[in-house]
Amino acid sequence: MILTKRPPLPYWAQILIPFIAIVVSLCLSSIPIIYAKGDLFKSYFYLFYGALGTRYNFLETCVKSSPLIFTGLAVAFAFRAKFWNIGAEGQLLAGAIVAAWIGINIPEMPKFVAIALIVGAGFVAGGLWALIPALLKTKLKVDDVVSSLLLNYVMWHIMGTLLFGPLQQPGSSWPRSPSISELAKYPILLARSRFHLGIVMAVVAIAIIWFINEKTVLGYRIKSVGANLKAADFGGIPTTSVIIKTAMISGGLAALAGVGEVCAIHYHLLMDVSPGYGYSGIIIAMLGRLHPVGVGLSAFFFSMIIVGAQTMSRMTGVPVYIADVIQGMALLIMLVAQLFTEYEIKVISK
Amino acid sequence: MSPKDRSPIVEMRSIKKCFLDTVALKGVNFTLYEGEICALLGENGAGKTTLMNVLFGYYACDDGEIYVNGEKVTFSAPRDAIAKGIGMVHQHFALVPSISVLENIVVGIKESKNLFLDMKEARHRLLDLEKMYGLFVDPDVKVETLSVGEQQKVEILKALYRGAKILILDEPTAVLAPLETKDLFATLRKLTENGNSVIFISHKLYEVMEISDRIVVLRNGEIVAERHKTETNMRELASLMVGGEIDLGKRKNVGFKRINDEIKDVLRVNDLWVMGNRGIEAVKGVTFSVKEGEIFGIAGVSGNGQKELAECLFGIRLPEKGEVYLDGLSLAFGNPFFTVMNGMGRIPEDRIDIGLMMDLTVEDNIILEMHAFRPLKNGILLDYDAAHRVSDELIQKFSIKTAGRDAPTKTLSGGNLQKIILARVIYRNPRLIVAAQPTRGLDVGAIDFIHDQLINASKSNNSGILLISEDLDEVFSLSDRIAVMYEGRFMGIVDIENADRETIGLWMSGVKESCA
Repeated sequence: MILTKRPPLPYWAQILIPFIAIVVSLCLSSIPIIYAKGDLFKSYFYLFYGALGTRYNFLETCVKSSPLIFTGLAVAFAFRAKFWNIGAEGQLLAGAIVAAWIGINIPEMPKFVAIALIVGAGFVAGGLWALIPALLKTKLKVDDVVSSLLLNYVMWHIMGTLLFGPLQQPGSSWPRSPSISELAKYPILLARSRFHLGIVMAVVAIAIIWFINEKTVLGYRIKSVGANLKAADFGGIPTTSVIIKTAMISGGLAALAGVGEVCAIHYHLLMDVSPGYGYSGIIIAMLGRLHPVGVGLSAFFFSMIIVGAQTMSRMTGVPVYIADVIQGMALLIMLVAQLFTEYEIKVISK
Repeated sequence: MSPKDRSPIVEMRSIKKCFLDTVALKGVNFTLYEGEICALLGENGAGKTTLMNVLFGYYACDDGEIYVNGEKVTFSAPRDAIAKGIGMVHQHFALVPSISVLENIVVGIKESKNLFLDMKEARHRLLDLEKMYGLFVDPDVKVETLSVGEQQKVEILKALYRGAKILILDEPTAVLAPLETKDLFATLRKLTENGNSVIFISHKLYEVMEISDRIVVLRNGEIVAERHKTETNMRELASLMVGGEIDLGKRKNVGFKRINDEIKDVLRVNDLWVMGNRGIEAVKGVTFSVKEGEIFGIAGVSGNGQKELAECLFGIRLPEKGEVYLDGLSLAFGNPFFTVMNGMGRIPEDRIDIGLMMDLTVEDNIILEMHAFRPLKNGILLDYDAAHRVSDELIQKFSIKTAGRDAPTKTLSGGNLQKIILARVIYRNPRLIVAAQPTRGLDVGAIDFIHDQLINASKSNNSGILLISEDLDEVFSLSDRIAVMYEGRFMGIVDIENADRETIGLWMSGVKESCA
């Protein structure tokens, strides 16, 4: 058996593939559900009911998708330039730290100025943290996968140091900051829910990234740098500056996930501020085929699974970890499907 | 020993080899005698390396027979050829840089039944070989610390260690400094004194005349002559190698532009030195100028610095020293954007590697060089409507065969890929076009089209054209003036009306003689 290149598939097939991957992964997930002695019909019912069934559940799914959209966009944006930003988690933490620090110490000012300040500062913090692997890559040819990944742990420990030091709540022995000022909290937009400003910002970010990709010179350059760095350079594109800009925008987006978690969910900084949103962003970006709208959809799907799995677990006793299984499965199936969009298996007999 | 006393050790009879639709070897009869150094002489693409790759078992021939020591053999892989005592040293060495010389030599040998290699024995044998042939290399140093010349010694030792009696060397001197070449020749003589036979692939006449006993000239996949060194001279060999007379009437570029000082230079290159990838100078002080409306051809066997010269002009390789003026403007080195902005059209030799983004659309590639200027660039925005218009216009004007501007570039054929590059170059009405191997690997139709476009640009747009090509026919057919590049230098520059093929052939082979 050999893999051979096949002619490119039509556009609709390319769009269909992530959806097929999701359906197949849900089907395959029935195996562990049965293994956990769950009722299959009931489990899937509660999975979707928990995610979409009531107004509150649906809005919770939206709340959960906000950080996932930001990290997914961050990764997808960088990957288009073949800047392999695995460091969204660290950039997210950078944003969370800055948001908490400003949020705690913010003096009196109009609310919208305060929010704009925090969002802006968080974005810059994430962008600067992503600048490190970008400079290492462009100036010293250090592999961006490794450097961006390892910087996640550096930022995690910086956060630990701060939470046991200057940012620790006075009198507490836990690694946890004081609450942020009311001024710094994202406004809640819908009553009787946690539907906050960050969700709207995430949707706006999708639109902005789409605009950059499709309508601007930078978007064209990012695509070119990603497709063939040498050809882009030959064609007169300032490749180093393009990679640096890409990295900084990517890092800024990831940081906004952290800002949102601090200013709209936890209201203080703690070690568990992110349950790995930065890493989920990689899967979401791949599942969304690096397209901003695709990222939005796949982030929403992920959030459905995460939120729905809680209800499913409560009602059927299937562990919540099934959510991780479904997510992982969706990525694997997606990658396999993507392989087969470009290649086909030929059986040759010897 | 006179040739008559020698017995044939290798006989290749009516060897034929095709690659897809090109015939590389058209029934070649080649004989190698015991204890001789036989040079295979020919231009690029004459079939020298292909013939030797058939002998070494890399390629199966489509037709023909091979005899080694009178015994008929069929090689399905190099290991079969090695088993019959044939060794080959390629232009690109197959050594592992991070391990020692000794380890490189024994790696891949399955001679003992033991699980472990007897390194002591291996070292002993290696040192014996080194002494016997005067090829001294420290067995324990890592290959990455060795110079190119030493690495070549390791390659030769590797072949000898595997029991080679027949050694094939593919352009062995291309990578060597003059002193290393002298060393190599001494080694080759020792090899033949010890009863080995050597096939020496080259296009350098001085070297061929110095080292070989017999010279076999290939042209277009055929052996056109066999000479003993004593029966021939460089002039004869050069004309055999390049063949034919020039028929100026058959030129595509009708007439020729007479060059004089009145005409403005669009490119001036002053004493340009450029380093190659191997850390040796590839371009060694080249000075020339290209005039408005002129096609200036640089002929020469590839690998003599043309690629580095072109890359330096393109802005993707920094020179060691020298000056370049583009239309009177001092060229900023290492800045491709500068060249694009100031009117240089560039056709790179590696069109797929550095010229195009194969995964993107035809349009994305067409607009690559113009996207940074109006009307496409509009502030931070890219006007895709304008891009569509330009793409559709150029696809039609250059008859680029594609499903449309949105088709993935990788779905296009080689000729159409080159047309994309040509289209984006010509569209900007460049003052100068640097075309590096613009028709290599293309079909006849595409070649004609590209030639016509280049001629047209020089005539109707008055662009200066620097044509770098290893195809001598192409250079003769298009150029107003011809320079020949050899080992990083120009052997000479001559007007087309005064050029004769024999002299150009001699220049290409490194023999300096002015045109009569």
